[in-house]
Amino acid sequence: MKFPSWHSIRVWQRNRDVFFRLWHSEAPGFIAEPIIILLAMGLGLGAYIGLVDGQRYIEFIAPGIIASYAMFSASFECTYGSFVRMEYQKTYDAIIATPLSIEDVTAGEIFWGATRSLMTGTIILVIAAAFQLVPSPWALIIPILAFLEGLMFASIAILFTSIVPAIYSFNYYFTLFITPMFFFSGVFFPLSSFPEIVQTLSWIAPLTPVVHLTRALINGEFHPNLLWALALIIVLSALFFSVSLITMRRRLTT
Amino acid sequence: MAIIKTKNLTKKFKDLLVVDDVNLEVEEGECFGLLGPNGAGKTSLIRMITAVSPPTKGDIWILGNDLGTYSRQVKAILGVVPQLDNLDEDLTVLQNLMTFARYFDIPKNEAQRRSMEVLSLFELQNKCNSQIRELSGGMKRRLLLARGLINMPKIMVLDEPTIGLDPQAKYLVWHKLTELKSQGVTQLICTQNMEEATVLCNRVAIMHQGKILSLDTPQELISRYVGNEVWEIELDSEERDRTVKELESRGLDFERVGGKIHVFHIEAEESISGLVSSLGRLRRRPATLEDVFFRLTGRSLAE
Repeated sequence: MKFPSWHSIRVWQRNRDVFFRLWHSEAPGFIAEPIIILLAMGLGLGAYIGLVDGQRYIEFIAPGIIASYAMFSASFECTYGSFVRMEYQKTYDAIIATPLSIEDVTAGEIFWGATRSLMTGTIILVIAAAFQLVPSPWALIIPILAFLEGLMFASIAILFTSIVPAIYSFNYYFTLFITPMFFFSGVFFPLSSFPEIVQTLSWIAPLTPVVHLTRALINGEFHPNLLWALALIIVLSALFFSVSLITMRRRLTT
Repeated sequence: MAIIKTKNLTKKFKDLLVVDDVNLEVEEGECFGLLGPNGAGKTSLIRMITAVSPPTKGDIWILGNDLGTYSRQVKAILGVVPQLDNLDEDLTVLQNLMTFARYFDIPKNEAQRRSMEVLSLFELQNKCNSQIRELSGGMKRRLLLARGLINMPKIMVLDEPTIGLDPQAKYLVWHKLTELKSQGVTQLICTQNMEEATVLCNRVAIMHQGKILSLDTPQELISRYVGNEVWEIELDSEERDRTVKELESRGLDFERVGGKIHVFHIEAEESISGLVSSLGRLRRRPATLEDVFFRLTGRSLAE
């Protein structure tokens, strides 16, 4: 296995430049949509729901919305976005003919995906704070958590991107992996409302530990189990990051 | 010293042998042409030499450095112009060059200066702020060439550099490449344009089915395989068989091409005289690299 170098920053810079050139076309997805969901579910549905774990419903879902949309940002960036760059625009081919290696490109894409999560997570956090849904100053750590979360989901996404035959394959990724996590990772209802078996399964979903950590930071309420959640995120990130370096090299050299 | 050297270079895709044991030496400052039909392995060979695709077997040295070990350093001195357009569609013309310069760690001011320089070299200075999709095919090709020069490469590797260009743009590109050669930039060119190879290349290698069949200066290849002139005989079918027999009995080197017969290596006019009744059906013309190409790689479609 070959390792990426600091040159991967060049790929990150390229993606950053493109993003800030075209960001207005992306804004509805990562700013408008989470606000709509937060208000519609939080206020609309929340009117029929009493207190959840001692909180108003909108307070309960705010951390999960932050974690979910941070996940969506990295996932879209490193599936559809990366695939278009790789297969249609041949951007990767152009870059690996320069001093950058395939590993630099892969890592640069993942770091950029993580940055998208950081930006999305931070923006929704600020909006949630404006609605007075963020009581604890521990929430200031959430951007770091969102970046870490982004590393994990970007790595998983790039791994998938490096093995799919066509862009249509991402339908499976979102329908069978990302969307179920949105509903079964404790974003909209406490995991305890599910049957035992679903509760166990939801701990396999990588979004679950992120939702728990985000909720803890927003409320300033900690529990020893959260260390396991953090460890899980770190281990999954390292694992998928490494494997994606190998699978991406295989894809681009054959 | 050979600036590019390959030894037993081989590339296999599953069971398909695309490049078969190629030993090649490109001298510093020359323009070296790789000719061959589609599927001959030219692009695969070039992709290995530019460190984009790893060899299945064999070694490559660029400026004496082993490519497997020093790919980053070697790629820094290469200017690669690919066959397929891989310009960055998300960026403008100038941003394409600036971003590319950054991949080579060229500082911003210097990148700006060089970008303008290479744009005006290929007469694209008015297109700085254009989107890539607004460019014509010819402009994209010129921009690819300009991009390949952004790091002031010692070696340029060009895959079909003038494909799809109109004659004006083609001559502009040939002129610029000739200038670059006189400045000492070594060039490795893949082409199917025989005129291009004759005009630009000091030496050419003719590739077929993954192997190099022959390698020499264009002129030497022509006189070795065809002679300086080709005699073309156009005949009706009944006359043709008789003439073929006659050519065989005279021991001449010829080839049937559709309804015509091409005769090669005619040293003295007497050897062909009296062959056909009316001289109107006999035409002599200077031999070209294309004749060599056909003689070596055959006339049937490779794919």
